[in-house]
Amino acid sequence: MHELSLAESLIEQVERAVEAAGGGHVTALQLSIGALAGVDAAALRFGFDVAAQGTRLDGATLDITLLPVIIHCPSCDAGVELPDIQHFRCPRCGTPSLDVRQGRELTIETVEVLDETPSP
Amino acid sequence: MKPRVLEIRQGVFEKNDLLARDLRARFEAAGVTVFNLVSSPGAGKTLLLERTLTLLREGGLRPAALVGDVATENDAKRLARSGAPTRQIVTAGNCHLEAGMIGRHLEGWPLDDLDFLFIENVGNLVCPAHYDLGENARVVLLSVTEGEDKPLKYPPMFHSADAALITKIDLAEATGFDRAAVYEALESVRPGIETLELSARTGQGMEAWLDYLLRVRATSPLAAFASPAPGGEGTGA
Repeated sequence: MHELSLAESLIEQVERAVEAAGGGHVTALQLSIGALAGVDAAALRFGFDVAAQGTRLDGATLDITLLPVIIHCPSCDAGVELPDIQHFRCPRCGTPSLDVRQGRELTIETVEVLDETPSP
Repeated sequence: MKPRVLEIRQGVFEKNDLLARDLRARFEAAGVTVFNLVSSPGAGKTLLLERTLTLLREGGLRPAALVGDVATENDAKRLARSGAPTRQIVTAGNCHLEAGMIGRHLEGWPLDDLDFLFIENVGNLVCPAHYDLGENARVVLLSVTEGEDKPLKYPPMFHSADAALITKIDLAEATGFDRAAVYEALESVRPGIETLELSARTGQGMEAWLDYLLRVRATSPLAAFASPAPGGEGTGA
């Protein structure tokens, strides 16, 4: 299980980006997880909730988009989506391909930030 | 108050990938060929490495090993018997090695004096898959005592490997090992993967394994899982 350490890295990355953009509290976070990234969304959510405590991401909702693997098929000369991650061949023509164009990523896409109310 | 939306578009593995690219450049400059050995616990990484280090040294080559383990230093002690320089990375519970750990453990090591560096990853078929360590080739071990469908159960790991070693082949008959099923599973997850069968205990297949190591050294290919160059497309592997 490496989701907790991934959650920690992603929180650190978001904190840095938000600080650079003028600060504020993060209320939501959009993530993309590729099918081949080997990241368990439920474990990541759990790790995130724990690791976010006391940070500017505390209580933020995690919106996760799961991305299927897309390989480039040399025979069809096209990107094709794989129905699973066990068979690296074109579902249309059966040609094997290792040319992965999508599916390995774990990407922080956008965050929603609320400006902190100035202290009195 | 309405929240503002901030575009980030950053990969969480980016930090590791950046460090891995630095390592790869260092290894290349020093002329050392690096293998990342991955498997589930008990597949035989340490025995294979022990024999490999010894055989390479007998052949006049200069191998070294970095061994990742969750808690103990037993493996490094075992490997040191080969006479090759060996260092242990105790990950203190961490389930995989990261590029930063490799960098820290290389401090003070004269890479220029090495021909081969073997990184024995933590025994785990899930987490190490996503961490590029700057290797020339990632080698996944699968022993005949494990299920033939392991590649289908752990596709990210097997998909990311450059070669597969079927280990403990001397036990194949006793365990009713289904060779065809393993090759079919490997070919499905990682078409064209180079597959070798060996037994570190009996020595069977060790010659072909050494040939493979030398071939990788001669051609220094880019690992299938090498992180893409900055601003580049995917690895295409």
